Amino acid sequence: MKYTSQMVAKPYFIAAIALFVGQILFGVIMGMQYVVGDFLFPEIPFNVARMVHTNLLIVWLLFGFMGAAYYMVPDEAETELHSPLLAKVMFWIFLAAGVVTILGYLLVPYATLAEITMNDLLPTMGREFLEQPTIIKIGIVVVALAFLFNIGMTILKGRKTVINLVLMIGLVGLAVFFLFAFYNPDNIVLDKMFWWFVVHLWVEGVWELILGSLLAYVLIKTTGVDREVIEKWLYVIIAMALITGLIGTGHHFFWIGTPGYWQWWGSIFSALEPIPFFMMTIFAFNMVNKRRRQHPNKAAVLWALGCSVMAFLGAGVWGFMHTLSFVNYYTHGSQITAAHGHMAFYGAYVMIVLAIISYAMPMLNGRKAANSMKAQIVEMWSFWLMTISMVFITLFLTAAGILQVYLQRMNGDASLPFMVVQDKIEIFYWMREGAGIIFLIGLIVYIASFFVGRDQPEAEMPK
Amino acid sequence: MSQAFTKSMARNIFYGGSMFFFLLLLVLTFDTVESLPKTDNRENLTEQVAKGKHVWENNNCIGCHTLMGEGAYFAPELGNVYKRMGNSKEAIIAFIKYRPKNGIPGRRSMPQFNLTDDELDAVAEFLKYVSEINNQNWPPNIQG
Repeated sequence: MKYTSQMVAKPYFIAAIALFVGQILFGVIMGMQYVVGDFLFPEIPFNVARMVHTNLLIVWLLFGFMGAAYYMVPDEAETELHSPLLAKVMFWIFLAAGVVTILGYLLVPYATLAEITMNDLLPTMGREFLEQPTIIKIGIVVVALAFLFNIGMTILKGRKTVINLVLMIGLVGLAVFFLFAFYNPDNIVLDKMFWWFVVHLWVEGVWELILGSLLAYVLIKTTGVDREVIEKWLYVIIAMALITGLIGTGHHFFWIGTPGYWQWWGSIFSALEPIPFFMMTIFAFNMVNKRRRQHPNKAAVLWALGCSVMAFLGAGVWGFMHTLSFVNYYTHGSQITAAHGHMAFYGAYVMIVLAIISYAMPMLNGRKAANSMKAQIVEMWSFWLMTISMVFITLFLTAAGILQVYLQRMNGDASLPFMVVQDKIEIFYWMREGAGIIFLIGLIVYIASFFVGRDQPEAEMPK
Repeated sequence: MSQAFTKSMARNIFYGGSMFFFLLLLVLTFDTVESLPKTDNRENLTEQVAKGKHVWENNNCIGCHTLMGEGAYFAPELGNVYKRMGNSKEAIIAFIKYRPKNGIPGRRSMPQFNLTDDELDAVAEFLKYVSEINNQNWPPNIQG
């Protein structure tokens, strides 16, 4: 580690992992509620567990992105961070806001939370993923601005690299599109339409820039491939991401009261959205094959490669499966959507954050380049446990979804009501819950990897 | 990637391409907002409907249900629930009103939200309003 201010990344990474644990615990609870309907009812109703599950995901990924930026930007810019103090202060503010929000969800009824946070003054609550009280949303904007200022000043005074620039564009986009969270008209069609300007333009837009930038950084560091080559790839990948993804927003405008022409725009452009993810896979494997040096941190390389493959499968293949409007007419809002969501988020965003943590954490802990072989082996076990169980979660949900679509929507006059169908596909929910518990075990192994082999020497540079 | 394809070409494709498609998205968005009055049933967007939307939001209904296919997949689609319940606001109100406080043993159950009569009427009005939005005939059938 070249710059001492990179150390501010460490608490961000630790908080990210801690909140990740919370996310998975609530995921397991929800999985149980799918099969034992009154599990923890009425103390933790499903909607509360789901808010905790999805909001923790978003918050811990944001912690991961911020930690990654604080680690990477000074290294790329070849200068100290503008203000480590500001980064530390914002860490505690963001963590406090996150914890207060989650406790609010768990401890009081949601309607009470809306009341005590005076949601009526500027109603923004009660929409999927944007459930945070308005005051918390304002806090998120403040933290984001301070963060962008800190990172931006660092980039301005230092070396300008494409990787830093792309990260910055991604992060600015993240902050700008979040502002649509404050637009909540009475007209539900308008509300839904602009809600996607946050959600779609985040995960199928600017977040892909952040993903590309972090992936490129880890690959440069671990393979030693020429920066020119990596940056060229990065530009092409993010170009394809936005060229396909911006109009790809249209695949959310099929059935929400928006004009029918979106079925054309949305189907055609979103059908191309797998391209940048496919290129990412080719890119990652190409760079590793052309590596100029052997890096002793094998686990980080594994996460980076795994990320490129799983993002392509989850976001690319599973997205494509139900994105054409004549398919989506039947699959929209079914378990197939849930299957896609799980693998896409895990593959694209969870794995890139874990890749950068894997790469950076040894240095943040005072190692030269990598953890001991013993720690890496445990970490690689956790990689396979979590990744394979996520594949199975996705497969079981897909099976459940196909049956659901058939029984509920394609069976003519014999189509069955929602709850009847849910009972019929219960076996797949049980299997999904089993895979979810294995995922949790994988996560425990992952955390254990930080505590084993600490007294052992670093893994050697392979000859 | 081949040597003839340079980094600055890649950069130009990124900036040019993103800018072009972002502008196209803005144009399409503008056109959509202009044409929404034809589909979004705004002539029936009364104060009671707007209030019902707040009841819907303040109780996080989207945390279990879908509305026009968006939301959580734990409980039935509600975009067409007004029609599914035989075009009856009363049926919707009664369903929400009489949820058992402690649930149903072993089964999924909607929580008891203790809504006032006015809130119940508002949320039912809101669901009726949503069911009359022209959304390209989705869902495929009455089961949602």
